[in-house]
Amino acid sequence: MLIQAHRATSIAEGPTLRRILLGITLIFLTLFLLFPLAAVFSEALSQGLSVYWQAINEPDATSAIRLTLLVTGLSVSLNLVFGLCASWAVAKFSFPGKSLLITLIDLPFSVSPVISGLIYVLLFGAHGLFGAWLKANDVEIIFAVPGIVLATVFVTLPFVARELIPIMEAQGRGDEEAARTLGASGWQIFFRVTLPNVKWGLLYGVLLCNARAMGEFGAVSVVSGHIRGMTNTMPLHVEILYNEYNFVAAFAVASLLALLALVTLALKALLESHNTNTPNAPRL
Amino acid sequence: MFCTPVSFRLHFRCILLALAFWFVCAPMTWAADATLLNVSYDPTRELYKDINSAFATAWKTKTGENLAVRMSHGGSGKQARSVIDGLEADVVTLALAYDIDAIVDKSGFIAPDWQSRLPADSAPYTSTIVFLVRKGNPKAIHDWADLARPGIQVITPNPKTSGGARWNFLAAWAWAEDQFNGDDAKVRSYMRALFANVPVLDTGARGATTTFVKRGLGDVLLSWENEAFLAIEQLGPDSFEIVLPSLSILAQPPVSIVDANVDRHGTRKRAEAYLNFLYSPTGQRLAAKHYYRPISPEYADPTDLKRFPHLRRINMTERFGDWRSVQKTYFSDGGVFDQIFLSR
Repeated sequence: MLIQAHRATSIAEGPTLRRILLGITLIFLTLFLLFPLAAVFSEALSQGLSVYWQAINEPDATSAIRLTLLVTGLSVSLNLVFGLCASWAVAKFSFPGKSLLITLIDLPFSVSPVISGLIYVLLFGAHGLFGAWLKANDVEIIFAVPGIVLATVFVTLPFVARELIPIMEAQGRGDEEAARTLGASGWQIFFRVTLPNVKWGLLYGVLLCNARAMGEFGAVSVVSGHIRGMTNTMPLHVEILYNEYNFVAAFAVASLLALLALVTLALKALLESHNTNTPNAPRL
Repeated sequence: MFCTPVSFRLHFRCILLALAFWFVCAPMTWAADATLLNVSYDPTRELYKDINSAFATAWKTKTGENLAVRMSHGGSGKQARSVIDGLEADVVTLALAYDIDAIVDKSGFIAPDWQSRLPADSAPYTSTIVFLVRKGNPKAIHDWADLARPGIQVITPNPKTSGGARWNFLAAWAWAEDQFNGDDAKVRSYMRALFANVPVLDTGARGATTTFVKRGLGDVLLSWENEAFLAIEQLGPDSFEIVLPSLSILAQPPVSIVDANVDRHGTRKRAEAYLNFLYSPTGQRLAAKHYYRPISPEYADPTDLKRFPHLRRINMTERFGDWRSVQKTYFSDGGVFDQIFLSR
């Protein structure tokens, strides 16, 4: 009886409470999200479109954009392959040390990005573990593109695997076992059963990974060497421009980065709307 | 939004294709011409932008080769660290000699006699430390004594990572030594009071300047002379003015080729020509234009020279000794700076 009475009052309070909650959420979002975002775009466009275009079309800026796209592409592809392998292994097989493996996959989330960068300096720096050998063989890793890719891969490693493991675990091994009894080979099972079952989750993981890879600053800053036109990614280029009193250009590149993030968000929203309307699809 | 299985599959393929296109479209097009990498400290961005294009033109006329000089900027100590860790610098142009000594000591990439290879201790231009205050000098800051007054906020970068900050520290120390007739306890208590007034330590000189001029933090910025002039030029003469203390320091930002790297890259000739260009009439004129005091003022534009005020600048090595021992005494872990900063 008491519970029912409570329920009745809470339903009666519903609309007011709902409005207050909605109000708080909206004010919060406006203050901390929309306002700064609008500020970035308004500062970027404060001297007109042609200045904005010049800032983005300048050689150092285009090279930063290209590098960011290249690094993002490579690290997302690598993490796609790794994430699929790891989640497949974890979800479909039993082996000792499984929970340790899951913890290891989560490690990059708990390590500060600066440390992630320094790890590679310690390994591949001139006086690092492999430094002498690399130098003798003229292989450049840190302060060059490979180092930036490595650091980005490290930082974004959990996204795909973390997205796929719960989905695969929820689905169990039933479908695969059925395919096996029907005579499908290992690859056939993977491409025709496992992969289609998780594709939306996979895409979602890729998008999250992509967003983080494009925006990574800390780890990349440590291994980049900040060579203009060569090892500057977009976030680093924004910092450089800002430090050169070139505020409009800094915000122009920042706004481009924000735009890329918004495209990613839009794709994610599109995926979610697909996902909820698809029968038997995994919950994201 | 309802999807039939067919359109669902179609959408999925489209998205996959779009993603693939996105990734493939990031082409690798590095310039194939000859390049040099100059690893420099924070406030030289504008100077080397001009120097590099002038040198590229001169080199093209002389040899017919298209040469691009690439830049990396940051706090001087941090940049030295990167070169030690393997950043492929052909030349380093840093804020003070110790940072090049550190590369010699910790990596052996530079010959120990580097400082005698070029004229004037390998410093093609000099500078000094001045005060930048807000217009009208509302807090009446005129000399080093004023920085230790209660209620004054002083902006300076971190001497552990920034070369400019080390010059700031030594200039303040030298003034205090003169002021208190070398009484060590009084000098230290002055330095403690000064650093008690420092709200934030940026890693590099440019970061500190941005903190002061753009974020509006602090009453006075201890700054490279060139950086102070540039801040006024870039951000408005109606907002800031320079205050000259009664004594400052002769700051010599040195340059060197990185022997191990130029030999591996086969760029020794170009790198040497580049550094010699800094001493040439064009190099000296450009240094003065960007508010660095040229070592050969006869090559500079007289109107540029007029901007440099007369200022008593003490010689660092005569007062404090060589950089290796100064670094050890004042700026190493547990050194004088740490003692002062932790007990402020």
